[in-house]
Amino acid sequence: MGRTIVEKIFDDHRIDNPFEDVHVIRLDVVACHEITTPIAINDLVARGKDRVFDPDRIKAVIDHVTPAKDSKTAAQGKILRDWARRQGIRDFFDIGRNGVCHALFPEKGFIRPGYTAIMGDSHTCTYGAFGAFAAGVGTTDLEVGILKGVCAFRYPETLRINLNGRLPTGVFAKDVILAVIARLGVGGATNKVIEFGGPVTAAMTMEERMTLCNMAIEAGGTCGICAPDATTVDYLWEFIQAEYPDRDKALESFSAYQPDADADYADVIDHDVSGLEPMVTFGHKPDQVKPVAAMTDQKIDQVYIGSCTNGRIEDLRVAAAVLKGRTIAPRVRGIVSPATPKVYRQAMAEGLLSIFMDAGFCVTNPTCGACLGMSNGVLAEGEVCAATTNRNFNGRMGIGGMVHLVSPATAAASAIAGHIANADRYPAEGAQA
Amino acid sequence: MKNFSGNVLFLDRSDINTDEIIPAKYLTEITKAAMGPHLLEDLCLKGFVPGKSTRDKQVVITRANFGCGSSREHAPWALETNGIHVVIAASFARIFRQNMFNCGMLALELPEAQIGTLFDTFAAFETRLEMDLADSAFTLAAEGRRERCIFEISPFDRALVEAGGWVEYADQHY
Repeated sequence: MGRTIVEKIFDDHRIDNPFEDVHVIRLDVVACHEITTPIAINDLVARGKDRVFDPDRIKAVIDHVTPAKDSKTAAQGKILRDWARRQGIRDFFDIGRNGVCHALFPEKGFIRPGYTAIMGDSHTCTYGAFGAFAAGVGTTDLEVGILKGVCAFRYPETLRINLNGRLPTGVFAKDVILAVIARLGVGGATNKVIEFGGPVTAAMTMEERMTLCNMAIEAGGTCGICAPDATTVDYLWEFIQAEYPDRDKALESFSAYQPDADADYADVIDHDVSGLEPMVTFGHKPDQVKPVAAMTDQKIDQVYIGSCTNGRIEDLRVAAAVLKGRTIAPRVRGIVSPATPKVYRQAMAEGLLSIFMDAGFCVTNPTCGACLGMSNGVLAEGEVCAATTNRNFNGRMGIGGMVHLVSPATAAASAIAGHIANADRYPAEGAQA
Repeated sequence: MKNFSGNVLFLDRSDINTDEIIPAKYLTEITKAAMGPHLLEDLCLKGFVPGKSTRDKQVVITRANFGCGSSREHAPWALETNGIHVVIAASFARIFRQNMFNCGMLALELPEAQIGTLFDTFAAFETRLEMDLADSAFTLAAEGRRERCIFEISPFDRALVEAGGWVEYADQHY
């Protein structure tokens, strides 16, 4: 019987199989941020085990609330900062070099095909875009990961989703994943890895694949995963060129993490995207999704473009193309948060930040901020936000606030219109309407 | 091992997420105890009053996909600091379920129909649960009603609970 991608990765990393269906795997990356790590650090100190399994395999960033907004968040940052220094963790990213973890770490080349990674953050599943197994975990799993470099998982079943057809113009990876979550339901992939395949996945950039995999958790998935291919090699080439004589050899090596043709899937879903429209969530669950066209009477108070889902350069380009030469509605507060310093710098060089500012947006530093209602754009009671983020839970962006999840194009169009709107109303300057 | 018996809080909704169990704004706290007063603060559920409904409750019985969303272990800690060490549901989100056992607590799954019966029989009454972990069973009692339920718990999950959690287990084995 053939194996899926994640089965191959598990077989390569298993160090123990203490009980049937329990697999203890060795970890290539243990990633840490200032919200879920400090309690693990304090517990290790209290236990007299203040050490790490391998400082080079630990990556750490202050990203959720940065710069610190109050004494508590300052203390969290300090615990992580002091610990990184004490443990000799070289890949630690603080003010000026920090960004949203799931945008920053892939951009640094830390995630490779076949890797295993955990982080105390549910959107760690993003890294599956590289053909890695990456799972969000709690602080206890993180603590053991930091100390021992291992984590226990049930052998995950794989749900294969073939994205077929051709993505229409103006429809994006975000719309695809919202439609997939609507189809699966918020618990539809629980305890499963979602393996994305088919021609649409193959044609996607790494950033689009990250958007897909990022929201696997919103269907309950342990991880999203895409088979590594030439696109993966091209993205990683600057980081791996010393290890391979050429790109073909790298691709050949990564082909170890292709699923077998006779792999055993829990289910195979063929999902055609040819007729897909821009999508938007309603309600407080990410599987409550409908076409943007059916929601255009929804007024909004704020637009937020950023996060580990859609805060990368391609996202900012798409939003800026809609905003160029236009201004946002007077009633709307526009906030854009480039996800990393590299994205910020690139957006600046390409003139995107000027477009955002000319349109009336506020450009913030890279941070998770408003996505989870911690800083930089919390909603007041009764306010509505169109956001490129990943969760519309009740109170997520501030108690009593409502979040509608959309693509960067829809977010930009909604900012101009003052209500949920389709970007096809605002063709790029010079383009035919 | 922790105490697994006590009074039952029934939460009659599926897909209760970890933002509802403990809102993100409290994630800036760096002690587990600080979560205590904010348990289920953002849960909108008919008849549920945050701070009041959870008082003197040691067990939660709920529907499907409990604990979905964020990976925050602050959710089990918020339960733990309120003396709630058992959640019984039709299903759990993976990370929440693992976090419970990693803390030496119980996240027990029963078939959806059986959960439905428990709600029908007991949810309207002050109900007490007696845990018999050795026999993988618990008994619910209220107003002369009594029901013994058998559950499945994997050997690994049992080992975690007996060890006191994953840190303790991993320390012994790896």
